[in-house]
Amino acid sequence: MNKTINLAQGNGGEENAELISKIFYQHFKNDILEKCEDAAIIDGGRLAFTTDSFTVSPLFFDGGDIGKLSICGTCNDLAMMGAKPAYMTCAVIVEEGFEIADLETIVVSMKKELEINGAIIVCGDTKVVPRGSVDKIFINTTGIGVVQKEGISSSSVSQADTIVISNQIGRHGATIFANREGMKFSSALQSDCTSLWPLVEKLLAEDIAITAMRDATRGGVAAVLNEWAKQSNVCIEVNEESLPVSDEVRGICEILGFEAYNLANEGTFVLAVKSDDAKKVVDILQSFEEAHHAAIIGQVTHQYDGRVILLSAWGSKRFMDLPTGELLPRIC
Amino acid sequence: MSCLELKDLYDGFRDPKVIKSFQKLIALEATKLLKPINIMEVCGGHTHTIMKYGLTQLLPNNINFIHGPGCPVCIMPKERIDHAYTLAMQDDVILLTLGDMIKVPGSHGSLQDARSRGADVRYLYSPMDALKVAEENPDKKIIFFAIGFETTTPMTAALMDSVIKRNIKNIFFHINHVTVPEAMELLVEGRDDTHCIDAFIGPAHVSVISGAKIYEIFPKKYHIPVVVSGFEPVDVMESIYMIVKQFNEGRSDLEVQYKRLVSYEGNLKAQGLIHHYFEKVDLFKWRGIGRIPNSALRLRDEFAALNAEVIYKNILSYEEINNHKLCICGDILRGLAKPHDCTVFGTACKPTSPLGSCMISSEGACAAYYKYGNLL
Ligand code: SF4
Repeated sequence: MNKTINLAQGNGGEENAELISKIFYQHFKNDILEKCEDAAIIDGGRLAFTTDSFTVSPLFFDGGDIGKLSICGTCNDLAMMGAKPAYMTCAVIVEEGFEIADLETIVVSMKKELEINGAIIVCGDTKVVPRGSVDKIFINTTGIGVVQKEGISSSSVSQADTIVISNQIGRHGATIFANREGMKFSSALQSDCTSLWPLVEKLLAEDIAITAMRDATRGGVAAVLNEWAKQSNVCIEVNEESLPVSDEVRGICEILGFEAYNLANEGTFVLAVKSDDAKKVVDILQSFEEAHHAAIIGQVTHQYDGRVILLSAWGSKRFMDLPTGELLPRIC
Repeated sequence: MSCLELKDLYDGFRDPKVIKSFQKLIALEATKLLKPINIMEVCGGHTHTIMKYGLTQLLPNNINFIHGPGCPVCIMPKERIDHAYTLAMQDDVILLTLGDMIKVPGSHGSLQDARSRGADVRYLYSPMDALKVAEENPDKKIIFFAIGFETTTPMTAALMDSVIKRNIKNIFFHINHVTVPEAMELLVEGRDDTHCIDAFIGPAHVSVISGAKIYEIFPKKYHIPVVVSGFEPVDVMESIYMIVKQFNEGRSDLEVQYKRLVSYEGNLKAQGLIHHYFEKVDLFKWRGIGRIPNSALRLRDEFAALNAEVIYKNILSYEEINNHKLCICGDILRGLAKPHDCTVFGTACKPTSPLGSCMISSEGACAAYYKYGNLL
């Protein structure tokens, strides 16, 4: 590792994982932490507990803002453990000179999202720092959820499972990139930022046999699947053609040399479900507007344990790798 | 970029049916080959396409690929990266460059590292964006660390044109542009009987600017077929088919598969602009390959006032730095070895900690093998 922190270490990929394991896990080591789940399961399996900090530029983007993101992000981590979001905290670090009106807009969109999740903010903290000490506003939220279904875990994916994705991939990452760089496309490219609890609630109500669930945030779908493949020691085979990608996202990827499966999502999740249930899961998900493009994308084998393989429509295959480094546009 | 239909960029060029039908055609032609053939794809973009779409898995085993030197980031020697690093660390400098370049390690680290140590390093999509940075930072010196083959050179020249015409005083240039055909010729000259390059797939984007004419020498002087190809899997498959057919028909011609954009003459205006500002020299050692006569461009003396190498000559070192001892990039680029033959491939050398040039950019051969696995 380097002597100083660099941006690549926050990318959700290999460098990020290395930083976390060598510094944080090294010193904080304990059984719960080492499970590496989206949310920690505590209190004898009754509660899920998680935290996340949010910094995004621009603060207001197509399809959401930092406020909506800060509630969705944390609540989704709880939902992914089969837990219903309940109590949350909200800590804000805001830069001197920030517009009060903007702050209020952000808080109002937090409130709206809390309602969707049925959660409430029960304590909080506000710090104002001198100009230049932070980039406009940083928000941290912590959430506690009540586990509705136990045993969801990224280390128990097996050959009995089928892999499902809830919607088109890469939309948040592509939107932020386009907004940040001032790229204007004629199309309606929007972040997928959304709360997933209502979808999960329905799946649980239908008694779906869910093995693992994870929202594909930083590092995208590739990061989730690679983690599952490693933690469960299986090979996940993805049919490239079945990955739902919108034309807009595909176009941005073409221009900049990205892969849609490496781009961040904020309201799209991957599921490993017992194969018999897969079709039903897709049908349930598709009944929600935010999961219209849900699809079966792959299966689990032992061809290359610990790896994710992409199968092309013309019969070739390749690794679906974790992103490394900062996402940079390719030059030629 | 108002009403561009982004789909148009790739639609049709990844059609599984078309790819499969080329696979059949190639297989059929290949049975008639008298000996196995080695095709070098010169450009890193093609290496990327071949590995990403698993095209080698679709070919009979008497067709072999040699992955060429055409990745501008990969061939940048450490001395030049150290220049960029040194310039970036100057207090009043903003260093601008393109994409992947900021990841490449020099002797003190990469530009990314420089940035985490306080330097102002930014990457651009288009060199023209430098004008905006210069305008917003009148008290800073903006240095554009220019890299790339014939594809990006005209953009650097166009930026230079604007800087001069608008009399902008705070943009300077560190030029690292290189040219493709000279490197190809060196590799051809260096081949022996067991390791020959039998055909080239020529880079498309370079040829849009320079025209297909720059490859004429290979069929004429060396009897090596060249097919200038686009970057989509259908393009590459069709080009392979065209090459195999040339062999079976006993021809060695210069052909253009990428007719969508490439002409024989290329873009004469861009060529004129390049010639106005640059001259061909042997400026530095290509990483992994070494010195290649006339393979780089240098800013002409009349424009010395814009040349960061001249302005900062007291702090820039020209001492050559050797490549890592275990790295066999040179052999890989000559077709003598494959990434798997390197003892540190995937262990000591990975994209996150590259030891050699082929692992640095995602378009380098080692990086493409690591990333996509070269599964069979
Ligand atoms: S794996 Fe690394 S060290 Fe080995 S040849 Fe490739 S770039 Fe060089």
